[in-house]
Amino acid sequence: MTEITYREACRQALRDALIREPRAFLMGEDVGRYGGCFAVSMGLLDEFGPDRIRDTPLSESAFVGAGIGAAIGGMRPIVEIMTVNFSLLALDQILNNAASFLHMSGGQCNVPLVIRMTTGGGRQVAAQHSHSLEGWYAHIPGLRILTPATIDDARGMLWPALLDPDPVLIFEHASLYNTSGELEETAGPFDISRAIVRRRGNDVTLIAYGGTLRVALEAAATLASEGIESDVIDLRSLRPLDDETYIDSIRRTHRAVIVDEGWRSGSISAEIAARIAEHAFYDLDAPVERVCSAEVPMPFAKHLEDAALPTPAAVVAAAERAMGRG
Amino acid sequence: MSALAHDDALALLRDMLRVRRFEERCVELYSAAHIRGFVHLYIGEEAVAVGVIPTLSDDDSIVATYREHGHALVRGVSARSIMAEMYGKTEGCSGGRGGSMHLFDAARRFYGGNAIVAGGLPVAVGLALAEKMQDRRGVVACFFGEGAIAEGEFHECMNLAALWQLPILFCCENNLYAMGTALGRSESETDLSLKASSYEMPAWPVDGMDVVAVRATAARAVEAVRNGSGPHFLELRTYRFRPHSMYDPDLYRDKAEIAQWKERDPIPALIARAEITPAEVDAIEADAKVEIDDAVAFAEQGTDEPVESLTRFVTSELGRT
Repeated sequence: MTEITYREACRQALRDALIREPRAFLMGEDVGRYGGCFAVSMGLLDEFGPDRIRDTPLSESAFVGAGIGAAIGGMRPIVEIMTVNFSLLALDQILNNAASFLHMSGGQCNVPLVIRMTTGGGRQVAAQHSHSLEGWYAHIPGLRILTPATIDDARGMLWPALLDPDPVLIFEHASLYNTSGELEETAGPFDISRAIVRRRGNDVTLIAYGGTLRVALEAAATLASEGIESDVIDLRSLRPLDDETYIDSIRRTHRAVIVDEGWRSGSISAEIAARIAEHAFYDLDAPVERVCSAEVPMPFAKHLEDAALPTPAAVVAAAERAMGRG
Repeated sequence: MSALAHDDALALLRDMLRVRRFEERCVELYSAAHIRGFVHLYIGEEAVAVGVIPTLSDDDSIVATYREHGHALVRGVSARSIMAEMYGKTEGCSGGRGGSMHLFDAARRFYGGNAIVAGGLPVAVGLALAEKMQDRRGVVACFFGEGAIAEGEFHECMNLAALWQLPILFCCENNLYAMGTALGRSESETDLSLKASSYEMPAWPVDGMDVVAVRATAARAVEAVRNGSGPHFLELRTYRFRPHSMYDPDLYRDKAEIAQWKERDPIPALIARAEITPAEVDAIEADAKVEIDDAVAFAEQGTDEPVESLTRFVTSELGRT
């Protein structure tokens, strides 16, 4: 086992994909000479050249759409968008084209495109660089939405995403890039449709993904010190949702807390809560709890941003309420 | 103007009449409620598709707009499968899931039928990028109306195509109206070729009512693009004789203006110029009628996709590649 950062895991995944798949190339703003806005692609230009590590102008709609066209034309593009907020400039291409071409062509034009982008807050970069819109993208049929929360997943998700015949959006939480950990020697491709249980416990189910997994795991540690044992589910994929994994857990624990960095209203946490009500209503011993971001555009001031984001303390409090200890 | 062989003129006339009569039939079928949804007619603009598309090879690709029945027909998508698509039948070229605005035929490299104005341009850029990166010699012909020029995607794509020297032919069908908004009411600079050339791209205005001129110019541009000269831009000056769509009461244009343009109808213009005889026209008309009658009969007998299949083609069924 070797200790590496999440950023390095993302880079290794890209390198591996570019070596194994000659049709793959990376394209986006400052991915080449600059080395990537978050330094994920640092060094790849030297290794793979400007054709395959392709710097683009600041034209999100054009280069995301170009990824769609290149995918239809036989390439396997990996498009990087700096942040999810910028992806809105390409929303037309993502929704009206990438997600729709297969259906509106009657099955003729699949779009094997991977789009990577950063998401999430916590860095004091305010209301146009900090949001978590992955749950919003998960609303769209035709897209696969992945949220690697660990070093292993950052390393392992890209290759199966690249093999997918349809568009896959990978959301990398910006606060994770500098985290480090040991990469399992066995880290590699896995079934990207399935959630995974990151911690076992029988008292309460904490459901998290991406940047909120750390929050949930920290809360679980605190709860354990109080004698409350948590099942911590890492969703990994927001579309499709692996209902089976979290529903099975809730059937055991009878309590659920969903930790979602998106805004509460109309969020992925709302969707999950609805599914729990549909599939496990009679298994519940307490109302489903949700810990989400406050419904404000992300403020700059640190204390306000901290107050807007899901925290371990808020998760602990929610779990305690579910346990009747609130 | 280049010399025009008689057989050649007949072929051009045949395609223009096929498109014209096909769409006239669509109007009838729409009025009879056999076709529903949006239907955008190309009547008056036929010389553009008929002039440009035959200059492409089978290995070239086409990205078109929601006003694309003619482009599909000229590309060789069968009238049967287009009409069946208009009817929403399984036998349609998009399996009944696209309709009039989303005709697709991957085998003929016909990639829509795109109904977001300028939304097809980035896809065309990507198709051209794929050609270049795979060292293939295909050209991508991307059709769009002058309304697209007001969209940011147009400018992003012109820049990207020129910056990367991609094999793409931008075909701007300037029919002077973006739905009801006249060009002069929406653009500060109405010389579209001038705009395009600011992206360091050869840009040629063409009389889009003259099918021979369109074809000659398109052939020259396609050859240049194929030979690695980078993207080219054609401004095809044309006019739609009908309203924007079947819902449009056409209150924003002078009747005199429409009448004036109708005098330049590309079909009689070609007949006169090439001295095509009434007997020859009749023969072509008869063939077109047979083709369209057959297409309508085919569509009428088409099958409905079972509702159980509603959610097919949201994700691929072909498995991982």
